[in-house]
Amino acid sequence: MKSHVWRPLYVVLVIIAVVLVARMIMVPDDFGIGERGYMYGWHRPSNEQEWKDVKVKYRTAEYCKECHQDKYDEMKSSPHASINCENCHGPALGHPEDPPTLAIDRSRELCARCHFRLEYAASGRGKIRGIDPKTHNPELDCVVCHWPHDPRKEGNQK
Amino acid sequence: MTISRRNFCKKSLLIAGGLAIPLSALELFDPKRLLAEKNDGNKTRWVFLVDTHKCVGCGFCVKGCKVENEIPYDANVTRTWVERYVVTKDGTTHIDSPKGARDGFPTSSIDIGHGKFQEIRDEEIDKAFFVPKLCNQCDNPPCVQVCPVGATYQTADGVVLVDRKWCIGCGYCIMGCPYGVRFFHPVHHVAEKCNFCYHRITKGMQTACVDTCAFGARRVGNLKDPDDPVTKIIMTERVNVLKEEYGTKPQVFYLGLTKEVK
Repeated sequence: MKSHVWRPLYVVLVIIAVVLVARMIMVPDDFGIGERGYMYGWHRPSNEQEWKDVKVKYRTAEYCKECHQDKYDEMKSSPHASINCENCHGPALGHPEDPPTLAIDRSRELCARCHFRLEYAASGRGKIRGIDPKTHNPELDCVVCHWPHDPRKEGNQK
Repeated sequence: MTISRRNFCKKSLLIAGGLAIPLSALELFDPKRLLAEKNDGNKTRWVFLVDTHKCVGCGFCVKGCKVENEIPYDANVTRTWVERYVVTKDGTTHIDSPKGARDGFPTSSIDIGHGKFQEIRDEEIDKAFFVPKLCNQCDNPPCVQVCPVGATYQTADGVVLVDRKWCIGCGYCIMGCPYGVRFFHPVHHVAEKCNFCYHRITKGMQTACVDTCAFGARRVGNLKDPDDPVTKIIMTERVNVLKEEYGTKPQVFYLGLTKEVK
């Protein structure tokens, strides 16, 4: 048979070779089936580690306690005991190194998340003491009169 | 053709013996079965428990999740959200979730979209409650099945993850999820979803939404650990899951679901 018949075959072989080489270079070495089988586990296992390495931002009250034991104790013996520090103070991240200070949210809107009265008896919301932000001292920050670390106390304590 | 007595006996014994071998014994190697046997040794299966009785709709979980997982704060996408259900006396169910309840529910009227609100008087309410939603980390995840490139997958401990380097952003998984928990990440331009704060639970911490919830409405647990308090509740109390009829085997369990919740 003449060579021009074979030429397209060489072209196809070269294309196959290029695809195979490209696949070898581009597909990560650890790409595989994984423990959940073909249908669910086909992935790059090193990605699991990448997700585990995401930085933790909310460090929880147990972290705040290491330095702010007094605030922690006041908080934990108050009706607000179940609220974590970072809900109002923002995520601790690397505090006190980075950031050195946290931006505290003292807004009415923050308090109103729970204390805006909604008559929802079927949910826990209906059992929380609440106000109507439109009529209850509008324009005034809640913390002026109510101390958030222990709402039984009056506002603006140090 | 003639056959000797000896040959006849030999052949019939062979056939009878061959028939006696079960079909499965002829199977030389089944990787799936091997894998299944290996899987039995797994010590962890992350599950979630939501108590809708306790949720007050403050939205701290949504805020915490967005900050912890670096979801652009003002973009209208979120890994978890809280829905408000208000069932009125005329039998209609009003559902809303303004900004996914990132700022809680700052008004008593229902957000009906396009900047419009519907006022509902307290006397009209039959029942009203809040339902937090998040990824169900299904045992049979449709989002993983539809991924054409192997960018989304399920880990051995049951969490469905997205490989941001490998995702091509085709959006099949976003369409495939019957719970609508997936969205397109506005910065990374890949599929994004709740992963039970994989970086926290694998360090022995709680998820960000669990830590920010002041009412104990959200809990994360290990279903393979019989002493886990969450496992005990799931095994002994009347829990329900969302859209069971889809066969996705969701692993977020709810206390206090009603028929209005979809």
